[in-house]
Amino acid sequence: MGLMTNVEREEEWDRWMRAAIAGDNRAYHRFLTALTPHLRTIARRRCSQLGLPPSEAEDVVQEVLLAIHLKRSSWDPARPLRPWISAIVRNKLVDILRRRGRHIDVPLEDVVAVLESEGRADSTDRIDVEHILSRLGDPQRTIVHSISIEGTSVRETAARLKMTEVAVRVSLHRALKSLATFYRSENA
Amino acid sequence: MKTDDLIALLAQDAPLTARLGDRLRLGVLAALLLAGLLFGAAIGVRPDLGAAMASDRFLFKFVVTIALTVSAGILVFRIGRPGVPLRVPAWWLLSPLVLAVAAALAELLAVPSDAWGARMIGENASHCLTMIPLLSIVPLACLLHALRYGAPERPGLAGAVAGLFASGIAATLYASSCTDDSPLFILLWYPMAIALVTVAGWLAGRRLLQW
Repeated sequence: MGLMTNVEREEEWDRWMRAAIAGDNRAYHRFLTALTPHLRTIARRRCSQLGLPPSEAEDVVQEVLLAIHLKRSSWDPARPLRPWISAIVRNKLVDILRRRGRHIDVPLEDVVAVLESEGRADSTDRIDVEHILSRLGDPQRTIVHSISIEGTSVRETAARLKMTEVAVRVSLHRALKSLATFYRSENA
Repeated sequence: MKTDDLIALLAQDAPLTARLGDRLRLGVLAALLLAGLLFGAAIGVRPDLGAAMASDRFLFKFVVTIALTVSAGILVFRIGRPGVPLRVPAWWLLSPLVLAVAAALAELLAVPSDAWGARMIGENASHCLTMIPLLSIVPLACLLHALRYGAPERPGLAGAVAGLFASGIAATLYASSCTDDSPLFILLWYPMAIALVTVAGWLAGRRLLQW
């Protein structure tokens, strides 16, 4: 792939993220979907290097996604997104693998290189994370289940649960924070 | 949970309500206001402030403390942002130390050696060691709270930088009340007080700024 496509994609990611922060769910979905195969490539490479099963890699991908999500407040929209993502992914990766008892040096350039490459790694399903979901209280669990498994929007979920949209949003955000904490304590 | 399901979940939580930059600006403002109010209510400027303003030694204290506040402040605004380089602005942290050492050397030349001890020990050392840390508590809390919206690579280091900034604010306020103006006093006692706050910030950062 030539240089132009790479630059174009970088600009596209920047645009999506800016729209996402302003509240565009679809742009955010597109961005995360585009980013994930790259994360998967990075995670699999590191896991196989460390002799961890490939299934672990998907957990790593999910935890990195959560970190990007919960820390997107630290991106300065005046700066390009790519260096921010690379640093977050690298730091989180080192942190996650350290918690699994593996000390590893992840050069930032490697992460940058994979983000710039064409990512095509497909998902492997992780089912045993269900028990993490079960640790959420209600209404968080219902909201998470409704949006993630059944694919409803916040508005539909609010109507179904007879809650306000704001309450659903707050609850969803808390649930995501809890998920990140659970991940951290799972492999502490 | 499948990753695609997680993405669907995250996408529904797209809008961002608080940005790090806004939080930091708010935190700095609150830190300045609250520390200033506390200082005005509990300590206050020295009674001979008018006369002191004519003294180079008195004024130079602020050159040092403001250099600390500004250089640490620049870092505070960067350290929570992954991918933003820190090395060059970090060197500026040495500026208050260099200024204080230079002033202390000048003082050694200007003052006869039998007066060095008295100037260095001063009259308010214990006051300095308690007031600067006490005045730092609220600013440090404000900054740590704001930095929780950041993603520092080394949480302890980010806390320590917040401690330097908070103690810069506290030292600036305290300097206007303290009657010990000799650079020898500044170089001996201020760094001790600042170090206390910085270590507190480091410990707090390690706990509070993990992500």
